[in-house]
Amino acid sequence: MLKVRIMPTLLYKDVGLVKGVGFDSWRRIGSAMQTVKVYNLRQVDELVLLDIRATLDGRGPDLAAVDELADECFMPLTVGGGVRTIDDVHALLMVGADKVSMNTAAIEKPELIREVADRFGSQCAVVSIDARRQSDGTYEVFTHAGTRDTGLDPVTVARNAERMGAGEILLTSIDHDGAMDGYDLDLTLMVTAAVQLPVIASGGAGTYQDMADVLGQGHASAVAAASMFHFTEQTPLEAKRYLGELGFAVRR
Amino acid sequence: MSRVAIVDTGCCNLDSIARAIEECGGNPFVTDHPAGLERAARIVLPGVGAFPEAMARLRSCGLDVALTEQVMGRQIPFLGICLGMQLVATLGTEAGETAGLGWIDAQVRLLQAQPGERIPHIGWNEVLPVADCPLFKGLTPGLDFYFVHSYALRPDRDEDVAATTPYAGGFVSAVHRGNVFGVQFHPEKSQKAGFTVLRNFLAL
Repeated sequence: MLKVRIMPTLLYKDVGLVKGVGFDSWRRIGSAMQTVKVYNLRQVDELVLLDIRATLDGRGPDLAAVDELADECFMPLTVGGGVRTIDDVHALLMVGADKVSMNTAAIEKPELIREVADRFGSQCAVVSIDARRQSDGTYEVFTHAGTRDTGLDPVTVARNAERMGAGEILLTSIDHDGAMDGYDLDLTLMVTAAVQLPVIASGGAGTYQDMADVLGQGHASAVAAASMFHFTEQTPLEAKRYLGELGFAVRR
Repeated sequence: MSRVAIVDTGCCNLDSIARAIEECGGNPFVTDHPAGLERAARIVLPGVGAFPEAMARLRSCGLDVALTEQVMGRQIPFLGICLGMQLVATLGTEAGETAGLGWIDAQVRLLQAQPGERIPHIGWNEVLPVADCPLFKGLTPGLDFYFVHSYALRPDRDEDVAATTPYAGGFVSAVHRGNVFGVQFHPEKSQKAGFTVLRNFLAL
């Protein structure tokens, strides 16, 4: 049986790892290399590495940094941040990314998804969707590390990504990011019901039970978490034990 | 140390597999040239990517002919990974029909999701070796390996099946015929179990 995946997310900014709240208030949390090595030793399911300054700074991915980190990473690695062209994707795959996450570019020019899927296969085309709940209860998708409102709703963006050949969706709730108050179940369910693709739920993990909720009720295929692993004693391994006891298929 | 040629199809992550082979005691080198293959004691064809694109690249470098010469002619041990496994089939059906290397009588077909399943098949899933395949020596059946794919190889002959995985109604996750091995999962990303498979390949 396919296992649910627990994926630590590493956000980096100017070589150090950071973590914020609501895509803001960034705190430094240490060396990326050290963290990757630890997760590697602990047999983590998969790792997400996002460069949160690249698009804002108008630059591409930091290939040298990814290269160095990927060399220590014998687990699946998804890399994002500043991916704007097919060449960026190619370069990231060459330095050791297994999947490439596209956010701003995937929404501004969805044909990039098609190009990536055709050339490198759908399995490496991850479309990252950052959504914020509006006062009327609807959701809107933001780009540029959550700073720019697109006026699009996440279901439309997800369906379009699927049509263009994306292989997976990384769905982040900006409202819950760093708040450790649980994933946005409505948002997750909305998207998992709209597409056939696996969806990685992100933003809001505070406890193992939050993960169980979004996997069970939100039908996510994987859970990403950052603050919970950086700032609390909770670990991916314990998360798996907890979920396993609840009857979820986890990798031992 | 075994010299392991990693074939560059121009569309994938070669770093991970090269690093993993190194960690497992092999001596990897990347090549996209037929002459490079002649120096190899083992050949690995890795891959993420799309079937037609990868075949076109192999052909444009003369690698399809050179690989067949080394693997089928000189009987050099060969390991195809993910798309690299699929390329040994007779026929690919991703974005139209494309002839593969044809070393194993097989077609590559899109996985058909069963209720509650999603495609692509991404993540960790069990591998159940069906035969006494040397790749899985020393491994408990049913260990999890990392998969990321939408297509899978369907061999015509049961005896070519080396392992299956319970997803999409069950698919073939490893093939073996003589010196030709293929795995649909990524040993280089499957941590301990994956490294055992690579070590077994290097020990052939």
